[in-house]
This record gives sequence, structure tokens and C-alpha cells, in this order.
Amino acid sequence: MSMRLKTGGRLVNRASQVEFNFNGKRLFGHEGDTLASALLANDQMLVGRSFKYHRPRGIVASGAEEPNALMNMGEGAKFEPNQRATTTELFDGLSVGSQNHWPSLEYDIGAVNGLFARFLSAGFYYKMFIHPRPFWKHIYEPFIRQSAGLGKAPTEKDADTYEHLYAFYDVVVIGGGIAGLQAGRTVAASGASVLVMEQTAHWGGRAVVDGGEIGGQSTEDFVNDSLEKLAAMDNVTLKTRMMGAGVYDHGYVLGYERVSDHAPKTTGPRHRLWRIRAGQIITATGAIERPLSFAGNDIPGVMLASAVRDYVVNWGVAVGDRTVVVTNNDDAYRTAIALKQAGLDVPVILDARANGAGSLGDTAREMGIRVENGKAIAKVKGGKRVTGVAICAQAGSGGVLEEIACDAVAMSGGWSPAVHLYSHCGGKLNWDDQAVMFRPDLNRRPTDQNGEGFVTPAGSANGELALSAVLADAIARAKEAVKALGHKAPSTRVPEASEKGENAVEPVWLMPQGAGDKLRMKTWLDFQNDVKVSDVQLAALEGYESVEHTKRYTTLGMATDQGKLSNINGLATLADALNTDIPNVGTTTFRPPYTPISMGAIAGAARDEVFQPLRQTPMQGWHDENGADYEPVGHWRRAYCYRRGSETRAQAVEREILQTRKSLGLLDASTLGKLVVKGPDTGKFLDMMYTNMMSNLAVGKCRYGLMCSENGFLIDDGVVARIDEDTWLCHTTTGGADRIHAHMEEWLQTEWWDWKVYVANMTEQFAQVAVVGPNARKVLEKLGGMDVSKDALKFMQWADGTLGGFKARVYRISFSGELSYEIAVPANEGRAFWDALLEAGAEFDVMPYGTEALHVMRAEKGFIMIGDETDGTVIPQDLNMQWAISKKKEDFLGKRAQQRSHMVSPDRWKLVGLETLDGSVLPDGSYAFAPGTNANGQRKTQGRVTSTYYSPTLGRGIAMGLVHHGPDRMGEVIEFNKVDGSLVKAKIVDQVFYDAEGAKQNV
Amino acid sequence: MMQKGLSKMSNIQTAMNGARATGYVDVSEAPVTGMITLRGDLADAGVQKAVKSVMGAGVPATLTVTDADAGQILWMSPDELMIVCAYDQADQMVSDLIAALGDTHSMVMNVSDARAVFDLNGSATSEIIAKLAPIDMKSMPAGTVRRTRFAQIPAAFWMTSNDSARIICFRSVGEYMFNQLRNSAQAGFEVGDW
Amino acid sequence: MLLLECPYCGAKCEETELSPGGEAHIKRYGPGSSDQDFEAYLFMRENPKGVHFERWRHVYGCGKWFHAARCTQSLEVFGTYAAQTFEPPQEIKDKISAKRPGWSWRDFS
Repeated sequence: MSMRLKTGGRLVNRASQVEFNFNGKRLFGHEGDTLASALLANDQMLVGRSFKYHRPRGIVASGAEEPNALMNMGEGAKFEPNQRATTTELFDGLSVGSQNHWPSLEYDIGAVNGLFARFLSAGFYYKMFIHPRPFWKHIYEPFIRQSAGLGKAPTEKDADTYEHLYAFYDVVVIGGGIAGLQAGRTVAASGASVLVMEQTAHWGGRAVVDGGEIGGQSTEDFVNDSLEKLAAMDNVTLKTRMMGAGVYDHGYVLGYERVSDHAPKTTGPRHRLWRIRAGQIITATGAIERPLSFAGNDIPGVMLASAVRDYVVNWGVAVGDRTVVVTNNDDAYRTAIALKQAGLDVPVILDARANGAGSLGDTAREMGIRVENGKAIAKVKGGKRVTGVAICAQAGSGGVLEEIACDAVAMSGGWSPAVHLYSHCGGKLNWDDQAVMFRPDLNRRPTDQNGEGFVTPAGSANGELALSAVLADAIARAKEAVKALGHKAPSTRVPEASEKGENAVEPVWLMPQGAGDKLRMKTWLDFQNDVKVSDVQLAALEGYESVEHTKRYTTLGMATDQGKLSNINGLATLADALNTDIPNVGTTTFRPPYTPISMGAIAGAARDEVFQPLRQTPMQGWHDENGADYEPVGHWRRAYCYRRGSETRAQAVEREILQTRKSLGLLDASTLGKLVVKGPDTGKFLDMMYTNMMSNLAVGKCRYGLMCSENGFLIDDGVVARIDEDTWLCHTTTGGADRIHAHMEEWLQTEWWDWKVYVANMTEQFAQVAVVGPNARKVLEKLGGMDVSKDALKFMQWADGTLGGFKARVYRISFSGELSYEIAVPANEGRAFWDALLEAGAEFDVMPYGTEALHVMRAEKGFIMIGDETDGTVIPQDLNMQWAISKKKEDFLGKRAQQRSHMVSPDRWKLVGLETLDGSVLPDGSYAFAPGTNANGQRKTQGRVTSTYYSPTLGRGIAMGLVHHGPDRMGEVIEFNKVDGSLVKAKIVDQVFYDAEGAKQNV
Repeated sequence: MMQKGLSKMSNIQTAMNGARATGYVDVSEAPVTGMITLRGDLADAGVQKAVKSVMGAGVPATLTVTDADAGQILWMSPDELMIVCAYDQADQMVSDLIAALGDTHSMVMNVSDARAVFDLNGSATSEIIAKLAPIDMKSMPAGTVRRTRFAQIPAAFWMTSNDSARIICFRSVGEYMFNQLRNSAQAGFEVGDW
Repeated sequence: MLLLECPYCGAKCEETELSPGGEAHIKRYGPGSSDQDFEAYLFMRENPKGVHFERWRHVYGCGKWFHAARCTQSLEVFGTYAAQTFEPPQEIKDKISAKRPGWSWRDFS
């Protein structure tokens, strides 16, 4: 059984007690425990069920590579699935549940899938679930839904907070083991700024567990000494609990800081995502031990040898009383020795190599450990935990020589450098036959904006496994990095380190070498996605030769651990099945993040009221207080209408329109774009921007204008006012202000840079109010201060002055067909001006109206709206607006495009008014059918609705639409489709429904 | 262009009504502030002379701020300055600048109402900015200015001292800016040594 | 994420401060041009694997458009320069020649 030992555990504080909860059970651990070490200390060997077969699974590793121990963690608004027990620090009150089982972890009905294992082989989705069709709905889909996914989805909004931080360093060192610390020291000595980050809460990595001496100090003292020296330097930042999540182009690195996961009750963000720019990146990310492939290697109690050692040394936890060690390299002997030193039994070390180990083998034998060279595990015995192993010769096909009772197996298939971060941005690897690993090719590192390498692996991440070699490599790589930045490399010398004479690792991809079908079907490669040796071999047999295809077909390495343990074993298996060598098969692509990071960290602060910027006009406070029912217009929120009491939206809109047409309405038009364009060449410039002529607009006058793209299509419209000899003010649509400002800047800067024109976006300098209705003039006269009479300020003119003490610019323009003034005042006075209008307008029952009333009133007048009548494919000619296209101008944006054959085709759909025969409102966007069907058997069409409303003024539905030969077909009745599939008849009419002579606005 | 000196102070309301928040850095909306955009070729002698004559200080170097007799001059682009002054002086200063620039191709606009202005005060001021803007704050000593992105909106900021900064954004997004600054500066959200 | 230096203000900008503007050095064809020239102006683009010239705008900063010469494959940046020009500066062409001998892009080499 697994248990806490009486002594040992360099990271735990034995004086402390931490209570936590696993599947409803109250358990205890110590400060310094991970959830994994605490579970093992409580003999909780079984921690979950596998994805496909629901096989019992235990903890395999001690770090980020753990594939099995994924937990549903927390409750309610703090719930999060798939939390790794090995990287979760224990805290008081921690509550977790195991995943992927029903009804309970101990008794799981889904385990019956195991009986059908041969039907769930590689590609089972593709093979099984195609035929017969009815099976899909009733059998396959329910089955997949039941078993798909790991963990539960949260049901509540995340209660935690997150943030980002932009940081800049000359060098970023990822990994706080001895390589990272030594590299950090070397960089720091050069004067360059350096950040050293470590994903766990502790510095030192493997070396402090594995022991040895550096420069006469213990590895632990060396680490502490290094930290002290680094902390004393101004140019050094040290961060624990921060993972290098991804390396991207041009020195961009994401650092995932888990600020308070270990202490969730503290104030502050849970995670902070560091968005870092580094001149050079050193990946001192260490190496990851590989499992061995033998039958039953997924039974709880079978663990990586290094993890077994970590639990004993770091947390004083024994995984078992009797641990069999099985290996193809010398490092696993350290585990046997550490166990023995802790007073635990190691019945045998099974070394697959015929010649066995070097000096560590001698040490083990001297301690009384039985060592068997050339031997392998034929099969692990046990169900929910290991009960023993059957031993065979590695060279054979699995004939059992002996069975040994044990409750744990420590396996080591060699080490793979953690090249993930090195590879994210394109770093290339070479296969090293001697070291049996892919290691970085320093001549093909990822390159930066200068075309130079910017990511350098160091230490074990660069394939160096021995203490002295790790330190030497860290120093050499760090010197290269600082030189690349133009700094002088410091004269750091490599400290002396103790060495054990180790024998070479030998490749062992299957154990025993000649294992037959039956064994291979119980030999796991990918624990999390339940992929076996037999699956990869089957994929190869079925023609999957590319490793990328095999990965997707078998799902090998596609789980949340991204195959940290399984990939190399998997591709070696594939290489063997394809009868080729490993470099020929190659690796799959390493992609960020290194391990999954929280969605919260990615979003950062962007949630709730700062999810996105919401733009507010100076009158927003009034709208809020007066029932505004908002709609988004770009990033603005504009009042669609103002609801009173129990009114519906439609009732409010009707009230607002009728009162405006009858007496007086007010619209907050502050969002309209206001671009001031000034300079001696402005007339020439605006003649290019607009389809009509703007250069000849008289000072003091206004003109409606259209803007097209070079493609000829309408992009914006608005009223232009000539302010003085060389200044114009261009109104744009609400959504168009920033876009048209950018459009103007682009043409001025990149095409006509010699033209003397400046543009300023003055949109937000002014609050703008449309004062609309028969009593509009009266209310302005009541405010007083300037002459707004019919003769003094004619339709389509503007004037500066004061109104009620407010300095104001008054445009006499109308988008409603009524007598109308649009008045701009300084934004800071907007609210006061609005209030003054309401007060002065009270006697006329002034009626603030929203965007829907605006839309309906403009449609009653037949005015187009950018975004309704236009959709990026409509030219002014389609809208019968030839009157707004200058024939005199040689050129304007869109002119040449509008001469293309398709643009001048008489078959283009053109704008008309539409009136249903029954007075109903046409559905928005509905199509008019034409006789016959197209090649796909669909009804042909001859037009579509672009704007459609109920007109309170007329008491019926009105619409505009684009119709084939529309203007030539006045009075004709055509049919439009409705949502329910029926048709509605509508007559083609003139688009101006209200006051066609324009008498109302001209008073 | 518009008549001057008519505004009653009681009518004036800034974007955030002078909102403040206390955290490990203090955030506050500045009182009404005069702001003028000047467009013109900053390398042009006529522009330089006009600025000097009205402001009592020359055109600032790229990405810097200059203190002038009645405010600050901020470098915004090779053909744009932002002049910060008292709110009620802005119209006069616009007229003076227009007069001083004469026939030189240029544009001068009072944009005081188009912007929201926030002040950060506290030793960790640059840390708050680093949470929102992709700027190396080590390259931002007092007297430097940057136009950049604060989270999702454009803004300009300059370091008014080593422990304080002033940030300008569009008025309509004043609340968004204030909330972002306030959230970033909450007690307990300190990054620590870095 | 790219890092480009704005040639106007000298700021080293990360991509989120910029907005991309497609291919650089495109000649405008207006009224009177042939259908073929006009089509090429509006629609025909290089899309190379390797040396490329692009337009970018320092949209969150000084607001200026500039050009960047870079490699679409390695993302190496050979240089940035003002947009008010009809062809890349000789200095940048030389730099590209040193790093990518024999390069050509439209009429430039």
C-alpha cells in the first residue's frame, strides 16, 4: 500500500495538518504536499478511469506530464475540471472528485467497454459508426455522449479574477532547475536583464532529488546559493509557480503565473498571464522520463521510476512496500537506492540490457538489491492495484520465468528532453541513436525578426543528462545568448560536479521484444486516450504511414497531456511497424500551450463591465434614467426606444414617431461621425472621396454625399458642411466615424501624400442633438441666442451661435422629413443642453426618440440607410442615386469600378418601395420569387427586402427593396416569402411614402 | 470658430464626473482639462516658430513631453502635437496658434471635450500601465509619452514623474478606461518584484 | 506575434498596436484604364513564400502608414520604411540581397 513514511520529505512540513476532500472522503496531508502526494499518502492509489475502456488508473508521474490524475476540482463558481493532481498544491479545504466513471470510481459500469476492446480499436469512430444509419441516433450517439469528454463542464460563472502583464527582458530562462539557475547566473553576470521562471513552487528541479555534489556543495546548497546570488541582483527577476506556456514569433513568450491556486482565499488574481518579449529565450525545461511498454503497464501502482523517487524524497511518501524496478538505463537505479535507503523493499531490478548498469548497479548490489540483467516484465498482475509481476527474458516472446509479488512497479524507458517550448516556433530536432532521444539541433533553432536564433535549449532540455554536462551546457548556451544580444559574455567557469560512471541507455520499445498479440493488446502507450501498442500497429497495417495521420486515427497524444509520455514510444512503435527508423517517422508538431492554461488567464481582465469597451454619449445618464432600451451600434449602445411603464417596444416606437411628427422630438445624435478636413487641397480631396462634388459647396451650406470604395460599392453617406474657405466638416454614419477617418488618412498618406490636407476626428468633441418636428423652431427660439428663422437659416445651411447660453453649431438638415435642426455643443455641456431642451420643450410635449423611430421615419421618407439598403455589393446606381454622382468629375473613388460591365448591367436589382396588399409588414430580408427554378432546384428570385417597418404615420407596413427592373415595374404585384413558408403579395411603388414634395421640412 | 467664454461651469460635466479609486495605485479622473490638437509638419520652421511664440517652449523631441509656460506640449506624430492647458484657456490658445501659424499649412482644433483624462499616483504607477498596455515601462522615464493600446482602446500616456502618469483616451470610453485602471490597481493585485 | 519598428516614431510595436494593409507598392488605376490593368490593381496580389513587401499602419500609435519588407516564411524583417515612396529604399534592397541572394518581387530585385 502507498503511505507516508515516518521520516523524509524535503518539501513537507510535518508539523502542519491540511484537510482536504476526495470523492467525499475527508483526508489529511501536510503543507508542501501536492494533491498527488497527499492522495498517495492516504493510500489512494486509484484516482480515475480511463477515457475509452474505463480502466482503473493511478498516478503515474509527479509533474506536468501526468496523464491520469485529472480531477474535477472545487465547487460552484470555483469549479474546474481536468486539474492535474501532480501540479495542484494542497491547501486547506481543497475539494476534488475523480473523473470519467459512473456510478462510482470503485464500481464503474463503463468498464464493460473493456470487454469490447477489440471493437474499439484504432479508428473505431470511422469504422463502427457509419452503418447502419438508424444505429447512429439510437445506439452510437448515446454511447458516445455518455463516454465522451473528460470531466464535467462548469455550470456557474467563474468567481475568480485574472489579469495580464506586459513584460520585457533581454533574456527569459524557462525552468528553475540547476540548468536554468546556472544559465540565469551566467546571463545576469553579463548585465543583461533576465527573468527566470519555474513552474512549480520550488527551485532545483530533479538535481535536488537525485543528489550529487557541485563545486563541493550538495545540489541543494548549490541551488540555495544560486538563488541568493540571483536575488541580490537588480537585473534579475525570479518567479516560481510560473510556467512557460508558449514561445511565439519574434521573442514573444507567455508566462502562466498561478498566483493564488495554492492559497485560494487570498485577495488578488488567481492567474496572471505574462505577455513577455524577450531578446533571447533559454529553455531549461529538463527532460521527461518515458514509460516502458509491457502488458499491464497501466495498472495503478505502475509509475515512472523518477516519480517514485520524487514521492519518497520530496514528500516522504512510499508508493508501495515492495517496488519492482524495471529499466533500460542507469537512472532508475537511483530510485531503487532511494527506496532502499528509506527502508523499503526492492525485490528486484529488471534491467532489459544484457550488460546492465555501471557503478549505480554496483551500489545497488552492495545494498543487497537483486539485479537481473536482460530481463523484462512479461505482464503486471493486478486489477485496481499491482499485486505482482511476471518476469521473462527481454529477448524472448514472454515466457514467464518467475513471478514476484509486489505492490508497485517503477519503470524507466529512458529520458526525452522537454523540447516543447524550443519547438513551438519551429526549432528542429535530430534523433540521437546513442542517447536514444530527439534532441535540439542547435544549427536549426527558431529564428527571430533578425533571422537569428532566439530560442536556446540548455541542460537536460538540450539532451545533457549528467550533472557536469548539464552545468557546462547551461553556461555555454547562456554565453551564446548574451553574445547574441551584443553583451560581452562573462567568464563564468563550469563548477566541478560529481559523476557516476553510467552505462548507455538501450532502446526498448516493447517488452518483451517479441511480445505477442495478447500482450500487446494490454500494453498501453497513451494512458489518457487509451491507445495501445496494438492500435498503432493496426493503424500502420491499414496504411497510416505519416505520424500526423496515425496520431489522428488512433488519437495517440491528442489528450490533454498532448502525449508527453506517449509520443516517443508511439512513434517508435510506428517506425517498427513500418519497418523503418525513428527519424524517418519524425515527430508530430509541438504546439502551445505546454500544459493547458485556464480560459480565465487567456481572457485576462476582459469580462463583465470591461469585457469590451462600451462607448457612451454625454447624455447616457439621462437615457439610463429614462427607460432606454438599448441596441448596439458598433461599440456604442444607443437607445432603440424609451419605454414607459408597461409599454412594448413597438408601442414606445409608435408613440415617439407620432409625437415627433405632430409636435417635437429629440434624438441624441452624438454618435454621428464628425470629421473636420482642412487645407488648401481639401476640395480636390473630398471630390475624390465623395461621388458627388464637394469642392463647389458654398461656405455656410450643407450637402448630402455618398462615399464608395475603389470597388465601386457604397461604404458611407452623410451631410457635408463647408465651414470656411479651406475647411469642411464631414458627417459620417455612427459606425463609419473611425472607419472613414482611417479611410481618409490612408488615401492621404499612401496615395496623395503631396496634397495639403489634414483630417481630425472631432466626433467626440461635440454632443449633437436632432431637434425635430413642427415645433422645432419654436423651442430653439425659446432658448434664444441666434436667428434660426426660415430665412436666416435655410434648409441645408448651418450657422454658429448660442442657444440658451450654450455655444452651438446648428445644421438645418432633416433625416425625418420634418422641420429639423441638428445642434452640436461641446460634449462636456451635452447633458446640460439636453436638459435645457427638455425643459424648454415641455410645453410642446417634447418626446425623446430612439434609433428605431429614426429608422422608421427615414424609411417613410424613402431615405436609404448604409447597412440596410447597402451590404457591400450595392452601388449608388442600384439605389437610383445617379443624382448624387457627379458627371463632371474625371475621377473619384469607385468611378472606374462602376464602369465595369457587371456594374452597368441593366439586370442589376434596383431600389423601389414595396406595399403589401394586406397592409402587413414584410419580413426583413425576404425574397421575391420569380418563375422557375435554378440548377439546384431552388426557386428563382427577382428581388429582396432591404428595409421594412410598420409605419405609425401611415398605419400600415412599408418597405424598400431591390427588385429586378424595379423602377420600370411600378404598380406590379410580386410575391415575397414569409418565415412560415407562405407568400405575401406586395405592390411595387415609389420609395417615398411620406410628404413626397418635401413641404414639411421646408417651413 | 465658435464664440468664446460662454460656458457656465455648472453646465460642464466630464466623462466620469471626477471619479476616483484608491488601490495600491490611486486612480482619479482629472478635472476638466484643455487639450488642443495641432497638425502641421513639425520639422517645418514656421510650425516650430509658431509653437515657440505662443507656448514659450519649442516642439518636443520624438516621443517626449515639453513643459511650456501654460501647460505641456506632447509629441503625437511627425505632424501632430497635443497641447495640454487650462480648460478655459483652450479657445484663446487655439486662436493664438492659428494666428501665429498664418499661412503655414496646419490645423488647430480644441479637443478638450473629446477626451477623458486620468491620473495615476503611486510608486507602482508603471506596473498598472504594464498590465494594460504592451509597452516596456523601463523605456518610459518621466517626460516620455506614448500613444498605444490600453486593453482594447487607444490612449496616450506620459509619465508626469517617476511615480505618476497621466492618461488620455476618448471621452466615450472613459468608463471603460477607469474601470480597467481601478481593477488593475486593486489592493492585493500587486505583481511583487519583477 | 510580430514586432515591427515604426519608421516614423521609432517605437518597436507589437502586432496588436498595428493594423495590416496588404501588399505594398500597388499602382492605382482609375478612369480610362483598361479592364486588365484595373483588375490587376484591385485583385491581383503576389502572395509569395519568401521576400514580401507589405503595408502596415501604426494605428494605436502615431497613426502613420509604413511599409515593411519581410520574409513570409521565416518572418524575418529586413526593414521598415516610409509609405511615401514608389519603391523600397536601396539600403533595404541591399540588405535583402545579402540575406536572400537572387530574390525578386514584381519588378524589384
